[in-house]
Amino acid sequence: MLYDPKAIDAVKGEKESWKQEELKATLDKRSERLPRFSTISDKEIPRLVTPDDLGDSEYTKKLGMPGRYPFTRGVQTTMYRGRLWTMRQFAGFGTPEDTNQRYRYLLDQGQTGLSVAFHYPTLMGYDSDHPRSLGEVGKCGVAVDSLRDMEVLFDRIPLDQVTTSMTTNGPAGVLLAMYIVVAEKQGVSADKIGGTIQNDILKEYIAQKSWIFPPRPSMRIITDILAYCTEHVPRWNTISISGYHIREAGSTAAQELAFTIADGIGYVQAGVEAGLDVDAFAPRLSFFFNAHSDFFEEIAKYRAARRMWSRIMKERFKAKQDTSLKLRYHTQTAGCSLTAQQPTNNVVRTALQALSAVLGGTQSLHTNSLDETMALPTEESVTVALRTQQIIADETGVANTIDPLAGSYFVEWLTDQLEEEALQYIQKIDDLGGIVRAIELGYPQNEIGDAAYRYQCQMEKAEKIIVGVNRYRMDDEIPIPLLKIDEEVERLQVQNLAEVKRKRDAKQVQAQLKKVKEAAHDGGNLMACFVDAVREYCTLGEIIGVLRGVFGEHKDPGML
Amino acid sequence: MEDVLNRDIRAGARLLRWIDDGVGEARSILKQLYSHTGKAAIVGITGNPGAGKSTLVDQLITRYRAQKKTVAVVAVDPSSPFSGGAILGDRIRMQEHALDEGVFIRSFATRGHLGGLTGTTADVVHVFDAMGWDLVLVETVGVGQDEVEVQRLAHTTVVVMAPGMGDEIQAIKAGILEIADIFAVNKSDRDGADRTVRELRLMLDMGKEAIQQQQERVCPPGWMPRVIKTVSTKGEGIDELMTALAEHRKAYENACRDPNFVRARLRREFLDVFRRTLFTRGWSYLMHEDHLKEVVEKLQDGSSDPYTLAKQAVNALGRL
Amino acid sequence: MDEERKIRVLIAKPGLDGHDRGAKVVARSLRDAGMEVIYTGLHQTPEMIVATAIQEGVDAVGMSIMSGAHNVLMPAVVDGLLAKGAEDIVVFGGGIIPDDDMESLKKKGIKGLFTPGTSTETIISWVRENVKPS
Ligand SMILES: Nc1nc2c(ncn2[C@@H]2O[C@H](COP(=O)(O)OP(=O)(O)OP(=O)(O)O)[C@@H](O)[C@H]2O)c(=O)[nH]1
Ligand SMILES: [Mg+2]
Repeated sequence: MLYDPKAIDAVKGEKESWKQEELKATLDKRSERLPRFSTISDKEIPRLVTPDDLGDSEYTKKLGMPGRYPFTRGVQTTMYRGRLWTMRQFAGFGTPEDTNQRYRYLLDQGQTGLSVAFHYPTLMGYDSDHPRSLGEVGKCGVAVDSLRDMEVLFDRIPLDQVTTSMTTNGPAGVLLAMYIVVAEKQGVSADKIGGTIQNDILKEYIAQKSWIFPPRPSMRIITDILAYCTEHVPRWNTISISGYHIREAGSTAAQELAFTIADGIGYVQAGVEAGLDVDAFAPRLSFFFNAHSDFFEEIAKYRAARRMWSRIMKERFKAKQDTSLKLRYHTQTAGCSLTAQQPTNNVVRTALQALSAVLGGTQSLHTNSLDETMALPTEESVTVALRTQQIIADETGVANTIDPLAGSYFVEWLTDQLEEEALQYIQKIDDLGGIVRAIELGYPQNEIGDAAYRYQCQMEKAEKIIVGVNRYRMDDEIPIPLLKIDEEVERLQVQNLAEVKRKRDAKQVQAQLKKVKEAAHDGGNLMACFVDAVREYCTLGEIIGVLRGVFGEHKDPGML
Repeated sequence: MEDVLNRDIRAGARLLRWIDDGVGEARSILKQLYSHTGKAAIVGITGNPGAGKSTLVDQLITRYRAQKKTVAVVAVDPSSPFSGGAILGDRIRMQEHALDEGVFIRSFATRGHLGGLTGTTADVVHVFDAMGWDLVLVETVGVGQDEVEVQRLAHTTVVVMAPGMGDEIQAIKAGILEIADIFAVNKSDRDGADRTVRELRLMLDMGKEAIQQQQERVCPPGWMPRVIKTVSTKGEGIDELMTALAEHRKAYENACRDPNFVRARLRREFLDVFRRTLFTRGWSYLMHEDHLKEVVEKLQDGSSDPYTLAKQAVNALGRL
Repeated sequence: MDEERKIRVLIAKPGLDGHDRGAKVVARSLRDAGMEVIYTGLHQTPEMIVATAIQEGVDAVGMSIMSGAHNVLMPAVVDGLLAKGAEDIVVFGGGIIPDDDMESLKKKGIKGLFTPGTSTETIISWVRENVKPS
């Protein structure tokens, strides 16, 4: 037990008398500020939590030691005393040349990892010269069409010294293949590179909607990547199971937790069904969560996530290695919480959100820049965002001890609550026949839609406050400078692509694309084909185009 | 008018708008267009909400286009009884064909009309026919009971059913069994499709006689409804469906050699137009010049009864 | 029956981004305001939107773009309508649109522009005021 039963009885007695005496007297005199206190997810919050609310759980079973099952207190033994989290700002805009410059600036400023934001055409598997790319080139991220662009993107960045995260799903395998070949050309073999591809297609159907293929062929590509990387790129995180976008689409914290873990279960299941040993690939799964504004709810969410995942891996999938049980995660502060009104306030929001991620035990962190609701960040704004992390790391002292909030009656209570609520969702998804089926039925999508609508209503009625939006408004705001992407970028990028196509060996290109097609048909490992194809400068659009022909495209189900 | 006959999309679209909105000019144009109709094959697609009608239509468009036939689609969705507005959601499943000049998709809201179509769908079909589209596919709203109007309009009626939704029982209740020339048991990637097929065949077999003697139904003699399994999301069973459609078309064209069959169809078409004309005339008579108000006053002061008043109103129409 | 003119609106989602929450909320609220709304679904090209608007005989096209491609895609729809002789269809749009771009888009024929956070009320009354059945 966390507490001695006798002590608990004493607490109960004391609490009862406090309720009868002081509390009653106080409430008689003046009622509380609100009739009902709730988190941003609309979860009701009690006035006071005391040890007797925590149930009869044992410390070692529930919390344990850092780096030990069930990992509630963290996945590393010494946590931030050993090494700080990786400061990893998501960045990408314009041409690969533009973004390469930004990366080298950030590394100079003390950033410790890279994170690539691709533009929409790349995410959707189109080259910059495709008609559908019109107007999109370089706008929301960096344009990458072929190996040439990836070479430029990592020019003068030694790939054996940084780890790189790439936010890409449908075309993840192709982009990872390009990264592997760039490293190879730098003289760094595939087993020496480290990083993450998002590669989490399930959440695309649930929330983010940058899909290419239908769910089932998508799952096939993912298992090919798992198999290939297990053998050749052992330090690569092959899926970053992402709650971030689920939360941005308007879910509650518990839904973010539940649907993310349910997606994770879906991938592990697929890997196992494809004949892989769970301990061979599970250690390379990582997670990606949102850091929203409700401080304690977020901390509880991360702690619950670790405990849930380790139990699921151990009990449901019978994983044996410790590394399979550890939920490692990246965090990004909540983009949807930023406001266009009084944008400087966003710095404060982001700082508090980042603090919750660190107190929750994150492995890496992106802090949003103050201008990110309006545009991609300027160099000045991204610097402030990075400094925010450095201030938390070096000035506040929160990194000096492990999991400092453990044992807070409220935080432990909330951790239990979130776990319980999330497990109920997972049960429901199991009942429906698993996450792929649940998505086909629109279950998570509808739950999120309802939560988003509820929050919208609470916000419009000012039951939930957003400073500068529905309270403390100011009329004359001074606009801040924004980053502009020149339309020239598109012309340049298309020109470079034409150059690549002119110089490459056309015969080789055709041969490699044919191999991709064959593998797609007969079940050969696609990832191996991607590596060979990009080496010959087959473009992303060409490779995905071949796969579109074989697998078909996912159509918008258009659910309203 | 000329533009419409020359298949000018913009002109056709505008005329359809006038028809939908009940703008007076539309009627005179329809009169002139009539002599140009009679060439298109009209296929009705009906079935329960969400059975997969639109997804199936999407597949049919692809197949007909592969045969180089031009296709017009009339897609009907319900209006909200509360606001009178509507979200017309069928088209989203056919949007792949948006750029194909051989395809014209038009969505309509029922605007309170019952029966699975709008009050003017027949006119809309005439316009498409006169414009020279080879096929006119009419997707109804998800039908409940009695919403079987499409069968009066279409040469061939396809009823789409999804297994495991109790559709079989619903079908008998709704009288759907009697209107289908072809059943598509869609979503047959789900459990229960074979059972649905079996039950349908059984019921059709039992009801054979009744079906062929249907008074209302003007269908090729000797045609027995086909039952076909489809998965419209994956395109499975669509070839078989196309074959059945072609067979039915042939049977229909054969039947058209029989003057009695043609007479029966013309008779029904006329009665439908007549009914609508009568109603429209009567309605606008009542709505204008306080006629309805007078009627209500007479009812209120007890000086007359509804039967007499209705008859007087109809008689008054003749004198106009 | 009697003449009954209704406002018909196409809500379209051009470009490659998948943020469709806003478009769907607007579609729903225009329906609740008594209009007939056709929604295209995600990932539409300007050509698809123009063809759809014409076939559907709509009075207005509303577009939502969150990917920053508004400067290219919105005018492309206006130009496409013009080329097909359908310049009477009113075009409006929403998304993350900086002030400078607003000016130039308005000049290029996008009649109404709404940024995130605009209430659905505002959009409905704008449509009522600026769009008449054709
Ligand atoms: N599993 C499966 N799903 C299908 C099939 N056909 C359609 N669906 C799905 O069923 C849902 C409804 O399909 P629609 O084509 O819109 O159905 P509908 O009959 O036109 O619906 P309403 O017009 O609203 O009455 C969609 O999510 C389709 O993807 C099928 O053969 N198998
Ligand atoms: Mg439909």
